[in-house]
Amino acid sequence: MTEVTGTTWNVYDANTLTQAEIYGRVLCDLAEADPRIVALTADLAKSTKIGVFQDKFPQRVFNVGIAEQNLFGVAAGMAKSGLLPFVSTMSAFASMRALEQVRTDICYQNLDVKIIATHGGVSFGQAGTTHHCTEDIAIQRSLANMTLIVPADGWETANAVRAAVKHPGPVYIRLGRGFEPTHYENEDYGFELGKAVTISEGTDITVIACGVAVYHAAEAAKLLKDQDGISVRVLDVHTIKPIDEDAILKAVLETRRILCVEEHNVIGGLGSAVADVIAASGKGCAFAKSGLPDCYSEVGYPEDLYSHYCIDGDGIVGLVRELLHREFEADEDWEDEF
Amino acid sequence: MPLSAEEIRKLQAKAQQLRCDMVDVTVWAGGAHIGGSLSMADVLTALYYHYLEVRPEEPDWPERDRFVLSKGHGGLGLSCVLADKGYFDKELLKEFNHFKSPFGMHLDGNKVRGVDASTGSLGHGLSMALGMSMGARFQKQAWRTYCMLGDGECDEGSVWEAAMAASHFKADTLTAFVDRNHMMIDGLTEDIMSLEPLAEKWTAFGWQVREVDGHDFAQIGEAIEGAQATQGAPTVIICQTVKGKGVDFMEAQVKWHYGSIDSELAAKAKASIMAGGNAGGAAAPATGGAS
Repeated sequence: MTEVTGTTWNVYDANTLTQAEIYGRVLCDLAEADPRIVALTADLAKSTKIGVFQDKFPQRVFNVGIAEQNLFGVAAGMAKSGLLPFVSTMSAFASMRALEQVRTDICYQNLDVKIIATHGGVSFGQAGTTHHCTEDIAIQRSLANMTLIVPADGWETANAVRAAVKHPGPVYIRLGRGFEPTHYENEDYGFELGKAVTISEGTDITVIACGVAVYHAAEAAKLLKDQDGISVRVLDVHTIKPIDEDAILKAVLETRRILCVEEHNVIGGLGSAVADVIAASGKGCAFAKSGLPDCYSEVGYPEDLYSHYCIDGDGIVGLVRELLHREFEADEDWEDEF
Repeated sequence: MPLSAEEIRKLQAKAQQLRCDMVDVTVWAGGAHIGGSLSMADVLTALYYHYLEVRPEEPDWPERDRFVLSKGHGGLGLSCVLADKGYFDKELLKEFNHFKSPFGMHLDGNKVRGVDASTGSLGHGLSMALGMSMGARFQKQAWRTYCMLGDGECDEGSVWEAAMAASHFKADTLTAFVDRNHMMIDGLTEDIMSLEPLAEKWTAFGWQVREVDGHDFAQIGEAIEGAQATQGAPTVIICQTVKGKGVDFMEAQVKWHYGSIDSELAAKAKASIMAGGNAGGAAAPATGGAS
């Protein structure tokens, strides 16, 4: 199924496929044109949905068994030899089990290895904390040379994978398990690595989100507009590193209230990255972060967990209403300084 | 083709000179991993002065053989070899370990010409070497990949992940060496964490195993040529070596894993190396003996 919409070849339907399945199809598409592309996994070819790539390019898939340290070390060696490895495994293993290989073998050497980290956040709900990963954004953004993308949905996953091929150096793309709602309608909404997407314009408050939280933030913005008459700007900050400082500062200037929402520990993730930018600007604003409050995750369906941790629409609505009434100190002349 | 007597004599002389260079750099650096650099010096010499297809004037030549120093703390030894081969000016080694020097104890491949992989943290190199070997096959390239492991390094589980995968993928262009000097920072390998039966472990993981005196060029050469002729499986060459080999007061001494020497002691060390002549191999102690 190949069709053209706008400027991009779409080789899938994001409404019927998971993010990881889309990754597999887009990678097939890219691999047709780039013989350097190979796919590696550690006994998760099925779970990370690269089966379609395996069917098409059986000689270009390497499954190293349940051995993630070796997985990333081998990928580093392959990159050193001129290949372009895409490595897929669960985010918990990419970020923690094999962290030192990712850091020392791949990032330190600044190698062209692309990491597809599935089951990010609490998306593997009932599997529990061992198979959740609410630390990876904090971990990966602290690695020099790493580019970190958290796509909102399948369409954005496709854009992220295409961008990763063009972008030299290590890239970490964090996906969910695959049952998340889709926000975009196709690939052609102007995705650009390192540039936030403005989902909705607004003047009262800005909700900065990544991953599945983008969909929920957009839903919350509609509800707040309809019910409360609140004008909510929603930014999809898909690239956590390098982060779009201009979009964040513009939001601070124009809305002066910032809520960050992510499927991650509130320590070290998107919210912290945004806070870094705001703190360095010297500007005061009302600010809040939503995510897991420095705890290990509960078990349950992802949607119940999103609700529990205020990552869903209702949760975001409540946080926005609260943040709109928070006091903060602003410079009298701060607009002059931007 | 086996090394001739003349080739062996030249390699022995080269190894002597390189050992003296390592002593000099240890003085300049203010301290270095001299023990483990001296123990692997003969294998490095055999590789870089006879077996590796490399071009020092073109370090990134795509078809070159690869060498991964998985025991990255041997950076002292490797940097002396690379300088002598002409990858960079030997004078640069006077800055070894100094502020902002490209040369730290563990070599950075993005800073030092000729270093095929940045290493230092143990247990990483064999996986990268395997990836290079698989990359060669995938791209139908003929280069070979060599990897030097420390014996203590073989405590790392990741070494065995790579070992299992290398035989699974029949990586027969991959050759690993284990610098079996029987010592690690805290003492003897067999006291800290038993490695034996080491050869049987590698055999069980599907490797062709060769055991040699790691200071005997004839044996080293024969084993490398055997590895080059082996098809369908990777080869590991377990090299029985002496930590601190060549310097009488350092040999088989755990404390010389990392050490500092002044110029006076360096003179004694070099005199000892030169007095050692071309004696060749000396079997390592299997157990005990070191302070």
